[in-house]
Amino acid sequence: MMMWMNAEQETPKTVWETLETFFAEVDPKMISKATNETLYMLGYSLLFTVILGLLLGVVLFLTSDKQLLGGKLYARILYAVLSFVVNVMRSVPFVILMILIMPVTKMLVGTSIGVEGSIPPLVVAAVPFFARLVESALREVDRGVIEAATAMGASRGMIVLNVLLRESRTGLIAAVTITAVTLVSYTAMSGVIGGGGLGDLALRYGYQRFRLDIMVVTVIALVILVQILQMVGDALVRYFSRK
Amino acid sequence: MILLIELIDIEKQYIRKKAEPFIALRGVSLKLEKGEIFGVIGRSGAGKSTLLRSINLLERPTSGTVIVGGDDLTKLGEKELQEKRKKIGMIFQHFNLLSTATVRENIAFPLKISKLPAKAIRQKVDELLELVGLTAQQHQYPRQLSGGQKQRVGIARALANDPDVLLCDEATSALDPQTTDSILSLLRDINRKMGITILLITHEMGVIRAICDRVAVMEYGQIVESGTVLDVFLNPVHPITREFVSEVSDTLGSEALNAFAGAGRVVRINFRGEQTYEPVLYETVRGTSATFAILQGTVSRMKDVPYGQLIVELRGSDEDVNRIITELGQRGLAVSEL
Ligand SMILES: Nc1ncnc2c1ncn2[C@@H]1O[C@H](COP(=O)(O)OP(=O)(O)OP(=O)(O)O)[C@@H](O)[C@H]1O
Ligand SMILES: [Mg+2]
Repeated sequence: MMMWMNAEQETPKTVWETLETFFAEVDPKMISKATNETLYMLGYSLLFTVILGLLLGVVLFLTSDKQLLGGKLYARILYAVLSFVVNVMRSVPFVILMILIMPVTKMLVGTSIGVEGSIPPLVVAAVPFFARLVESALREVDRGVIEAATAMGASRGMIVLNVLLRESRTGLIAAVTITAVTLVSYTAMSGVIGGGGLGDLALRYGYQRFRLDIMVVTVIALVILVQILQMVGDALVRYFSRK
Repeated sequence: MILLIELIDIEKQYIRKKAEPFIALRGVSLKLEKGEIFGVIGRSGAGKSTLLRSINLLERPTSGTVIVGGDDLTKLGEKELQEKRKKIGMIFQHFNLLSTATVRENIAFPLKISKLPAKAIRQKVDELLELVGLTAQQHQYPRQLSGGQKQRVGIARALANDPDVLLCDEATSALDPQTTDSILSLLRDINRKMGITILLITHEMGVIRAICDRVAVMEYGQIVESGTVLDVFLNPVHPITREFVSEVSDTLGSEALNAFAGAGRVVRINFRGEQTYEPVLYETVRGTSATFAILQGTVSRMKDVPYGQLIVELRGSDEDVNRIITELGQRGLAVSEL
C-alpha cells in the first residue's frame, strides 16, 4: 500500500513505468516455484480424484433407484450409505476437513504439511464432489441405449465401459474441468497449513507482510491457470461432442 | 411348424408407489412359429411393449413361462440369459443407437460384446452395411442420419449376432409413410432371405396388413383375438378389432349400410387368393333369374395374398337368393347375410 502511494507522488510516469516499479521487487523464481508447486498439487490430486471419484460416481449411479442395480436390497443399502457419506464430506468446509484428517494424511504420505501433505485432503475433499458430478453425467445417458445394450446380452461391466462412460464422456470431461478449477481454489486454501503453492505465497507475503505486488502476481497466475483449464476442458468437450 | 417362442400364461404387475400394483399383462399366452411374421396390435397402454419385453426378460414377468428355443428363460442364470439374448434381436421406436459411435461402430457393438475377433467383426459389419444399404454412410454419426437410416442401423445391429428372432417395438411409428414402407419391406426381405422370425408390435393396422402372417389383438393386458391376418381382417369379431380393421378398409361396419333400405337381401362376400380375380359372383347369379347390385367393395392384397370383399344386394326370389348363397359357399367364398 505504501509503495503504491509513493509512486503516485513522484513525477508523472507512464502506466507501463508505474507497473514496472510496482512489480520490481517480485522475485520471478519464487513465483515459478510456487506455480510449479500448485501444478504438482493440482496434477496429483486431480489424478487421484478422477480415479476414485469415477469409481464412486459409477457405484452411486448403478445403485441409485431405477438403474442397473437399483431396486435390489443390497443396492439400496449401499446407495443410502454412500450417499450419506458423500453428503457429510461435502458439507465440511475444506479448511476444517484438512485439519480434521491430518492424522490420516500423516499415515498416507508421512507428513501432514507441505505440498505432499496437502494432496490427501485435496483428494478427500474433491472425490465426493466429483462423484456427484459423475453420477449426474451418467444420468444423462439415454436409458434406451442402456436397454438396447442389455437386450444385446451385454454384461453390466460392458455396459458401464462401452455405453455409460462412452456416452457420457462430454459430461465427464466437463465434470473434470469443474473439479480441476475447484481444486485450484482448494490448493490456495491449503496455504493455511503451509501447503506451498501460489495460494501459500499470496497468504504469506500478501496477507502477513503486506506485499500487495506479490498478491497481485499470484492472483493473475491463478486466473491464467483457471482460464487455461477451462479452455482445454471446453475444447475437449467440443471435440468429443457428437450430438 | 417348429415352435420358436412360447409364452405361457404371462402375468405382469408393475409395483407402484402409493397405489395398487398395475396389472399390465393378464395371463397372456402366445406361440410363435419359426419363420413367421407375427404382429401384435393394440391401443396405447394395452401392454404390447410389456409383452414384447418379457420375451427377452427386459421386463421380468410376475408369473408365467417364457420359452425361447426350448429353454425357459425365467429359470436361467445371468450369464446364460446374456447368451440367450444374443440370439434375440431387438429394434426400437427411437432407435437407441450410441450417439458417440459411427454407423459402423454401432453395428460392430454387439459383435464386440460377443468377443468376436476384429477381422470377423469387420467382415460381418461390411455384410450388414450392404444388407441395409448404408455402406456409404458407415462413418457418419447417428445425428447425421434420417430416421429411416437410423432404423436401418438398428436393424443391422439387431441382426449382427445372427438371431433366431427379431423383436420390433413400434419400429416404424416414428417414421413417415414412405420410410415406413421401405423399413417394412426390408424386414420382409430379412424374413424371407434369412428365415428370421419376426415379432412386431404396432398400433397401425396398415403395418399388420403389409407384412404379417398372423396377428394378435391386445386390449387391457389380454389378447382378445388372434389368427391369420386374413381371417382376422375379413371376420373381425371383437369390437376393438373391428375398429382397427375399419381404419384401413372401408368395407366394414360402415354407417352408410345401416341407413340402406333396399328391396333385396344384403350379403357380405369375402374372396381370398386367386379367386379374387375370378368372375365367381357373376357366374353364380347368371344361373338364376336374380340380379345383384354392388353396394361396397374392395380388392386388395394382404401381404402377398389377394383378397376381396363385396357387399352385395341380391334381388330376386328367396329361392334364387338362397341358391346363390349356397353356391357361393360351395365355390369357397365366405358369405354372410347382413
Ligand atoms: N415401469 C412401469 N411402471 C408402472 N406402470 C407401467 C410401467 N411400464 C408400463 N406401465 C403401464 O403398463 C401399461 C402397458 O404399458 P405398455 O408400454 O406395455 O403399453 P403399450 O401397449 O406398449 O403402449 P404404447 O402403444 O403406448 O407403447 C400402461 O398402462 C403403462 O402405463
Ligand atoms: Mg409400447
